[in-house]
Amino acid sequence: MIPLPPLAPPGVLFDEANACDVACFPTPEQYLDLVGAFKEDGFELCVDVCGVDYLEFPDRALPEGVRPTRFEVVVNLLSLSKKQRVRVRVQAGTESPRVPSLFHLYPGAEAPERETFDMFGILFDGHPDLTRILMPEDWEGHPLRKDYGVGHIPIQFKEAPGPR
Amino acid sequence: MTDLTRTAERPERLTGETSEGAQELVARTETSNDQLGREVGAVLRLDGVTLDPREVDYERDDDETMIINMGPAHPSTHGVLRLMLELDGEFVLRTKVVIGYLHTGMEKTGETLSYVQGATNVTRMDYLSPVINELSYSLTVEKLLGVEIPARATWIRMLMSELNRVSSHLVWMATNGMDLGSTSMMIYGLRERELILAFFEKTAGLRLNLNYVRPGGVAADLPDGWEDDIEVICNTIEERSYEYDQLLTGQPIFRNRLIGVGAITAEEALALSLTGPLLRSTGVPWDLRRSMPYLAYDQVDFDVIVGTYGDNFDRYAIRLNEIRESIRIIRQCVQKMPSGDYRSQDPKVTPPPRARIGESMEALIHHFKLFTEGFHVPAGEVYSAVESPRGEIGCYMVSDGGPKPYRIHVRAPSFTNLQAMPLLMRGASVSDAITMISTVDPVLGEVDR
Repeated sequence: MIPLPPLAPPGVLFDEANACDVACFPTPEQYLDLVGAFKEDGFELCVDVCGVDYLEFPDRALPEGVRPTRFEVVVNLLSLSKKQRVRVRVQAGTESPRVPSLFHLYPGAEAPERETFDMFGILFDGHPDLTRILMPEDWEGHPLRKDYGVGHIPIQFKEAPGPR
Repeated sequence: MTDLTRTAERPERLTGETSEGAQELVARTETSNDQLGREVGAVLRLDGVTLDPREVDYERDDDETMIINMGPAHPSTHGVLRLMLELDGEFVLRTKVVIGYLHTGMEKTGETLSYVQGATNVTRMDYLSPVINELSYSLTVEKLLGVEIPARATWIRMLMSELNRVSSHLVWMATNGMDLGSTSMMIYGLRERELILAFFEKTAGLRLNLNYVRPGGVAADLPDGWEDDIEVICNTIEERSYEYDQLLTGQPIFRNRLIGVGAITAEEALALSLTGPLLRSTGVPWDLRRSMPYLAYDQVDFDVIVGTYGDNFDRYAIRLNEIRESIRIIRQCVQKMPSGDYRSQDPKVTPPPRARIGESMEALIHHFKLFTEGFHVPAGEVYSAVESPRGEIGCYMVSDGGPKPYRIHVRAPSFTNLQAMPLLMRGASVSDAITMISTVDPVLGEVDR
């Protein structure tokens, strides 16, 4: 098990029952401090930031004490010197999800955070340019949310009426 | 427009889920300080060194510079990449990358496909290295499932992904040559790649988008006489890689256009989360095949190629030499290829052989269940990464215990590497800008997903 970095805020919850790496579960208040502590501890690379919408899977396995919310932001950090990965999962909120931006710690988190905002509508406080990145700028809705419908093309059988 | 329009400080507009702000490059007076820093390529925030871009370099007023568009249909942008450049005469002051023109919602689609079907989806993301996409997806599913993969499947996966790395780098050599005016390189690179694609077709039935590596193993065994084919491919490409040296490496025009252009440091590369040849060109020996071995990369002998100066020439040299290293690995794969199954024999994951369906009721049931419902994967979440020709390609997957992934996210190396564009472009001329795009090697299918 990876020990918490020396500068980590007190009371961060841990879980190592997962299939691969260790995950930490900070609250949104602890989040920036924890990631900063990991950076000080030698995790040089912020590999990835992504979001998950747990609307249809609220009873997921979480360690005792973590209050699940609908949206979760998952940050994967990598230490080149220790050859370790660590995952930070922060419960971002249900109604109006928002977490602080990692931009000032890892400038490379800018594009993935923007993508997470675009796809889930999670706000990142302190992000320099929080605009849509993949969708057109006048798009409505956030496509990867679970309540955002999937388009489909009806299967056309032989005698069925055509699409128009 | 003030700073506030571009940040998260306007919740009533943002939750209205309409237009949140322009994606384009706008005038400096309308850009926030942080964003201006990004656009001029100021990335490092080391202790005590806070770069205020307003103080750095504005000898030019807004009305003396020009904002131009490159792309999305520019031939040198390797797809539908759009760059907005602020130019001072011929030199680039600010850059903003505008992407999304190829966004087809593949992550959303992935949530509606079963784990069996999922490989056909991810293989279309990075269309130059489909095998490595499938590999990252399959390793993630297998990690959640906890199935053991036969040794032969592991080595076939290695063989195919190294062949794919060679073909991807050959396309890069070709297009990079084209961008620099060497049209012969274009023809040679694609000619050699054809050898590998022909082998892919012989093995998997398709040339691109193979759907060859699947959860549980690979789709088919290697064809008869594959050793001879591989021998021909290796010998031909290795021999011709030295012809590329003659054609390009020592050629004065080529060298002058690459050496010292677009140099970055290791600190900047790490801060921007760059991986792959971009990171290695700065001298950081980080290659997941060596540093965090997957498959059987700890059992083969190869060198991790690193650069010194982090400039375009280093990135060219790294890719050229990685072709040779990959060929070394392929030769070892041929020598060490074990016999045995090419896919797991777990009936829950692997469909039964076609012949058994006619005689065994259970085989028929397994076949039917696999191709209608798919297999169930234990609930959990997992991230696994492999080294693609462009850097670390990772797959983050959440399973709710059902036959379809609850969430599948692909960490695309090109998407992250594109963040280096403003830094590389800073102060370069427009003709060098084309070289920068080329040496970052973005694949837009993967950037936009």
